[in-house]
Amino acid sequence: MAEITVTVDGVKYSDHVEPRMLLVHYLREVVGKTGTPIGCDTSNCGACTVLLDGQSVKSCSVLAVQADGADITTIQGLANGGLHPLQRAFHEEHALQCGYCTPGMILAASDLLRENPHPSDEEIRDGLEGNLCRCTGYENIVRAVRRAAQAGVSE
Amino acid sequence: MTAQTEIPEAKTAELGKARLRKEDERLITGQTNWTDNITLPGMLHIAFLRSPYAHARITSVDVSAARNEPGVIAAYSGADFAAEQGSLPCAWPVTPDIVIPAHPPMAVDEVRYVGEAVACVVARDRYAAADALAAIEVDYEQLPPVLDMRAALEDASPKVHEAGNKSFDFVFPQGDLDAAFRDAPVVIERTYRQQRLIPSAMEPRAVVCSCVGGEFTLWSATQIPHVLRVMLALVTGVPEQNIRVIAPDVGGGFGSKLQVTAEEVLAVLIARKLGRPVKWTESRSEGNMTVHHGRDQWQRLRLAADRDGRIRGLDVDLLADMGAYLMLVTPGVPLLGAFMFPAIYKMDAYRFRCVGVFTTKMPTDAYRGAGRPEATFAIERMMDELAVELGMEPLAIRERNWIKHEEFPFTTVAGLTYDSGNYEAATARAKELFGYDALRKEQEQRRASNDPVQLGIGISTFTEMCGLAPSRVLGSLAYGAGGWEHASIRMLPTGKVEVVTGSSAHGQGHETAWSQIVADQLGVPFEDIRVLHGDTQISPKGMDTYGSRSLTVGGMALVSACDKVVEKAKVIAAGLLEASADDLEWAPGRFSVRGDPDKGVTIGEIALATFAAHNLPDGVEPSIDAEATYDPDNFSFPHGTHLCATEVDTETGFVKIRSYVCVDDIGAVVNPLIVEGQVHGGLAQGIAQALYEEAVYDDDGNLVTSTLADYLVPSAADLPSYVTDRTESRAANSLGVKGVGEAGTIASTPAVVNAIVDALRPLGINDVEMPCTPERVWRAIQDARGGEQASAAEQHAARQSDQTQGHSPQGIGTPDPTGGAA
Repeated sequence: MAEITVTVDGVKYSDHVEPRMLLVHYLREVVGKTGTPIGCDTSNCGACTVLLDGQSVKSCSVLAVQADGADITTIQGLANGGLHPLQRAFHEEHALQCGYCTPGMILAASDLLRENPHPSDEEIRDGLEGNLCRCTGYENIVRAVRRAAQAGVSE
Repeated sequence: MTAQTEIPEAKTAELGKARLRKEDERLITGQTNWTDNITLPGMLHIAFLRSPYAHARITSVDVSAARNEPGVIAAYSGADFAAEQGSLPCAWPVTPDIVIPAHPPMAVDEVRYVGEAVACVVARDRYAAADALAAIEVDYEQLPPVLDMRAALEDASPKVHEAGNKSFDFVFPQGDLDAAFRDAPVVIERTYRQQRLIPSAMEPRAVVCSCVGGEFTLWSATQIPHVLRVMLALVTGVPEQNIRVIAPDVGGGFGSKLQVTAEEVLAVLIARKLGRPVKWTESRSEGNMTVHHGRDQWQRLRLAADRDGRIRGLDVDLLADMGAYLMLVTPGVPLLGAFMFPAIYKMDAYRFRCVGVFTTKMPTDAYRGAGRPEATFAIERMMDELAVELGMEPLAIRERNWIKHEEFPFTTVAGLTYDSGNYEAATARAKELFGYDALRKEQEQRRASNDPVQLGIGISTFTEMCGLAPSRVLGSLAYGAGGWEHASIRMLPTGKVEVVTGSSAHGQGHETAWSQIVADQLGVPFEDIRVLHGDTQISPKGMDTYGSRSLTVGGMALVSACDKVVEKAKVIAAGLLEASADDLEWAPGRFSVRGDPDKGVTIGEIALATFAAHNLPDGVEPSIDAEATYDPDNFSFPHGTHLCATEVDTETGFVKIRSYVCVDDIGAVVNPLIVEGQVHGGLAQGIAQALYEEAVYDDDGNLVTSTLADYLVPSAADLPSYVTDRTESRAANSLGVKGVGEAGTIASTPAVVNAIVDALRPLGINDVEMPCTPERVWRAIQDARGGEQASAAEQHAARQSDQTQGHSPQGIGTPDPTGGAA
């Protein structure tokens, strides 16, 4: 077992974990952040995307021990009370149906807008290609990210 | 209490309003209740050991070493369940002599597909359970796999089951087909392949089961909590009243969660054995192997027509791959298509035949559209072929044959009565949005200039039957259950409303749409309504969500229940207002006395009066709650015109969808935002079948596409933007609604493939097998340029020699889908 100290959504945690434990299992099963779901086992779907020191990562492809000392943001800590502009935009553009991909999609989009505050539709599509959605056909997800960009989410 | 006479403000109708969804708040903030999030005190975790062979006899299973692994509470083989596990159900025996083999949830003697469960470990956590699987020893005696549907029907084929490889042979003859084909000036014959698909809901399956004092609670990522409850009772023998099934937040289904699964049954049995709660959550690779697959048919069609384009008759021969067993509605899926091949077209005669075939692969079952995408693809491809044969415009050939708007209601050659529709209106609007004539001009120019990037225009003027379904019709088709839906309305003392529905949403937005319907019916604010669903203890009766049925059946059940509430409230209102019930007028939300509109009482005030029950009329029960079960008397028939423009690079085979326009007629619309979302998602899945997705087994029966790295669910970067619009002809039900869940998927696949073939037609190409990957398109072009016309059969041969993709050569190479059986 290895000891790690991780800040998750603003709270510091110290835990002993198996070296092989995935970050996503640590978040879900040890810290209790079940807002981050698991959609695959090959890092293709992006459902488990979180921010690690501000950058989006698929938390199924990071070991919990690799996150030692890191600052993690999940969908449950993205907004400081109320809704983050991306959360609001996803609601207003009907960019989710079953909602399973939504946490990862929103966090990936937040990283996309951090790097490129005013992306074209094509840049949005390319930027989110690591996150799969089976319900929406992506049309409204693109609209939501565009709307959040116009609202100046990263500024 | 005293009745207040305040008149509620005039409300705008909720129906048709683009209400933002009530469901979203918990979903966008991560406050979700997925089954895998559920943790119970003392809960154990199950991991399954699965067969590595497509077909083998199990000679021994030894789980004893696994039992000694750290953290392991129990380990079981199939023999441990043999006395109690029953057989997974098939509810649709489509013919009297159908072969329905026993389907034990855990294999005991023989395995028939890769991934079939042979043993399991129950441990303290999921890591310990997975680790201990390695300590289980299973000896197999390999048997020959059966992977090709056509070869499976030959006498020399190894058998999947003792009774042979044919499950059923269903024939549906309508009219005099011989007469239609005799002396027909034009006869076209084509063979199409519907590849095997993996539904790929984003939430993998998960099950949690607790057993306390003989009472079971099962949480499952299911579309069908009510059906599952009945089936669990029938399979396990646990009395139905002792089973509660809960579908918490469910992350998509698309038919894949319309199932009674081995893992659900085994979770019940293990919870009973151990007296402790258990959980199982699948990994994606486990799910790709063991969640039922979709489609997988060979379709042979013959179409007879007159020289002027009039269709005389259609003859359809299908081979449908059942996989290794018949699951809940496996054999019924291709038969849903039996009624849809004639689509929107008039003809004299029609014959449908489908042979269901066993192979050693994962069973197939419902996947979005279920039978109707297959039929729509085939007929819409054939209409293009007929147009080419006759030198007619493909839209003109459709118009020549479709049912005119003034001819509704119209009984088709397949015996369905379409209540409404207007194909002319949808097509005119779609052409306008698409810029049809300009694109045809551009196509001509590109052809004339021999542009390496050719333009193709694909058409799909589809219809579907949905709103499953009139119980009587289902009975006549030997389906094992009814097609009704249940709803109840609970009027709370504060004037708020609880709506209980038997529909079981898993992304469809029922909490929002149902609130809109009830708001209009009862005249209460949208915000004051809460919709409850997905728990058999809260919603004791239901037939669940699939087949685009929730609104047309479940929504109509709401209307019936609301009518009953109003009827009951009227008696109480008359008492409160000291007026005769005959003198009362109902405007949604309020009864008033005719001629004295100031004198009235609201539905909320009546609810409060029944709570107190101090001054109700004699003999009146103190409740205006009501429930209703609605059984439709017909299917509904959404339709639409979808137009797709593709740019096909003849040097690389790459297909780019340049524009996609769809105009759907789904009847009246409750929430246009939700409708548009359903259309978008449906389009994506239909386009994915045309261009990207295929479940591939190798020669040994291993699933090659077992992960999302190998099975290409498209991303945002792979899909186009869509232009959507609607025309409206109301359905015959009182809401006027038709259903929208499957429309996009049913319509879009042939639109895309027709566009690709249209681009390549000058090269002499008349088919590209799905998915139309760059490699397949490129090969089709190479073959055509090799001097021969590339028929589908030759493409198959080309694929056979291709080793680079690892695609199985099984199931290809012969154009005759029935192996000469027809």
